[in-house]
Amino acid sequence: MRPSVALLRKDLLLERRAPEAVPAMLLFTVITFVLFHFGLGRDEVSGQLAAGVLTVTLLFAAILGINRLFVSEQEEGGFDGVLLAPIDRTALFVAKAAGLFLFLSLVEVVAVAAFAILLLAPSPWPALPGLLLTLALLNGALAVVGALVSALAIRTRARDLIVPIVALPLLTPALIAAARLAAPLFAAGGAQALPTKWLAVLALYDLVFGLLAYAVFDFLLED
Amino acid sequence: MYGKGLRALSLATFAALTATFALVFFYAPLDADQGFIQKIFYVHVPVAIVTLCAYVLGGIFAAVHLKTHDRRWDLRSYVVIHIALIFNVIGLLTGAIWAKASWGHWWVWDEPTLVSFLIVFLLFATYQPLRFSIEDPERQARYAAVFAVMAGAFVPLNFAAVRAATATVHPRTFGTANGGLPSQMAWVFVVAIVAMALLFALMCCYEIAAKQTRWQLRALRRRLLGSDAVAPLGRSAAPALGEPSRSAPHESGRGSYPAEAPS
Repeated sequence: MRPSVALLRKDLLLERRAPEAVPAMLLFTVITFVLFHFGLGRDEVSGQLAAGVLTVTLLFAAILGINRLFVSEQEEGGFDGVLLAPIDRTALFVAKAAGLFLFLSLVEVVAVAAFAILLLAPSPWPALPGLLLTLALLNGALAVVGALVSALAIRTRARDLIVPIVALPLLTPALIAAARLAAPLFAAGGAQALPTKWLAVLALYDLVFGLLAYAVFDFLLED
Repeated sequence: MYGKGLRALSLATFAALTATFALVFFYAPLDADQGFIQKIFYVHVPVAIVTLCAYVLGGIFAAVHLKTHDRRWDLRSYVVIHIALIFNVIGLLTGAIWAKASWGHWWVWDEPTLVSFLIVFLLFATYQPLRFSIEDPERQARYAAVFAVMAGAFVPLNFAAVRAATATVHPRTFGTANGGLPSQMAWVFVVAIVAMALLFALMCCYEIAAKQTRWQLRALRRRLLGSDAVAPLGRSAAPALGEPSRSAPHESGRGSYPAEAPS
């Protein structure tokens, strides 16, 4: 556990000293909301439409972060450092997934506020507890799949192309579940209860892909 | 030495496919409200089932490759996924035709099997670009195997999620109280599944045999004509089986390829 924490602290320090991924993701989400306003031709959205706009925007923003996740390792020799150190290689996966989770959570604090101000029709406050749970589960899915896909793509020739085409289909079930979870929260008549079926699907997705990615990540660092 | 049993498998596949089509056209009863177009069911559903099973199988082969580092398992995984992609396209097309005939639209979103089929297709369609963008053959095999394991596990999960997301109009083939097949249809259906599985296995065996033969031919040419006469390999998404001549001792003499040594 200690190596993971050290690697995570390194990433957070790096992001604090030279902010790169988080500001880019933030600006991306806000401009996307503006684009949705014009694209949909609506001043306010609610229900399934609102859930879709928010979750798809977050998914695309996450792709930006996933693209950058291992760039410092690749360019500055971080992979060699991890391979030379007497630690388990999966520590790197745990650190990167946790880092992506934190970055996404940070982005969402601002993104959800901007969404509520710019586009959302019903009041966001009653939806907040359910939304926190939904976004936490969605972030879990984005973090584990993102960390794995990022490591998979970083040493290919066309990594910027590989990341979205591999990650987006893989994340489709998570998006379906998150959008269905958020829809009753943004219902025009006020927030309704979370559908437990989708909670279970999203939690199962997190669990299965978390364990799988943890198991196969080793093989991506084997040289 | 390659392609052992291909002839028997070819004959069995031919017989099974002929039997299937004969049964479909002359034995299976006409559907009461869809009529003749319902017969596409005997192609579409078996193809879809074989595709999904093949993707999972490709993931299992890839896991074996990761465990053993044996390149032959990478080849098997690659070939199974490659042929499954072709079956996937056939499944999508026949599904669209059936949807047009029976529901009036080429594409129906409230149709979980078709939708999850499309998502699975989009995911596995990235398998070849991923392989192509990695040059080192050993790393290509390893990374592709990691992808195949994840994607293989994704297939059933995605299926469950999409099915849960849609109010289904798709007929459940087995097990439901009123959607079940009459026994005549069910019987033909089982024969059709066997025939499609045989066809799939046959295509995989042919591709593996072709790839191995090509590699052996290459190795033999290198030994006979010298390595300058054989053009270097370009980038490829297909797994490289390694150069057998590189590992073979050079002093063993030209033309005596070790694999062909008399026993």
